[in-house]
Amino acid sequence: MTPNMIQHTLNEAFPDASITVDGDGRHFYATIISDQFEGKLPLARHRMVYAALGDLMDEAIHALSIQAFTTSEHNNT
Amino acid sequence: MTTINDTIQSYIDAAPVVLFMKGTADFPQCGFSAQVVQILNECGVDFNAHNVLESDELRQGIKTFSQWPTIPQLYIKGEFIGGCDIVTELFQKGELQTLSSL
Repeated sequence: MTPNMIQHTLNEAFPDASITVDGDGRHFYATIISDQFEGKLPLARHRMVYAALGDLMDEAIHALSIQAFTTSEHNNT
Repeated sequence: MTTINDTIQSYIDAAPVVLFMKGTADFPQCGFSAQVVQILNECGVDFNAHNVLESDELRQGIKTFSQWPTIPQLYIKGEFIGGCDIVTELFQKGELQTLSSL
């Protein structure tokens, strides 16, 4: 598993998003900026990301830290 | 017959703040679990911790129960709060302290 593979999978689910993924092959850090997160609480945003990754979360990804922003939130931080 | 879901529900009902984690509160065996323990300690809240590494049934069961693929998982007053990222975010906003005040 590479950060690029995760980024590719996330890109398919969030085509509008700006996505960066870092990681060491087991632990990953993803930042996703997408207006699909508008009006959604952090819990719901994380569930959307986990749903997009599907089976990858079972074994291939040991740990994933997620930062999920809308465009306007990101511009304000 | 008691199912793993019944067992998990009984854990969640047994205390206001319940953490499912890798390792124990004294010896976390994962950086994310350790971070949640540290935050809860900083909030000064008592919590029950369950070590999923001691039971594969619990480790798989809690993922299905919460519909959440990663551990740690925090419950407050019976409600699923989230994993390490969300707990950290709530703590930084000061909201975790409000949620866990009894």
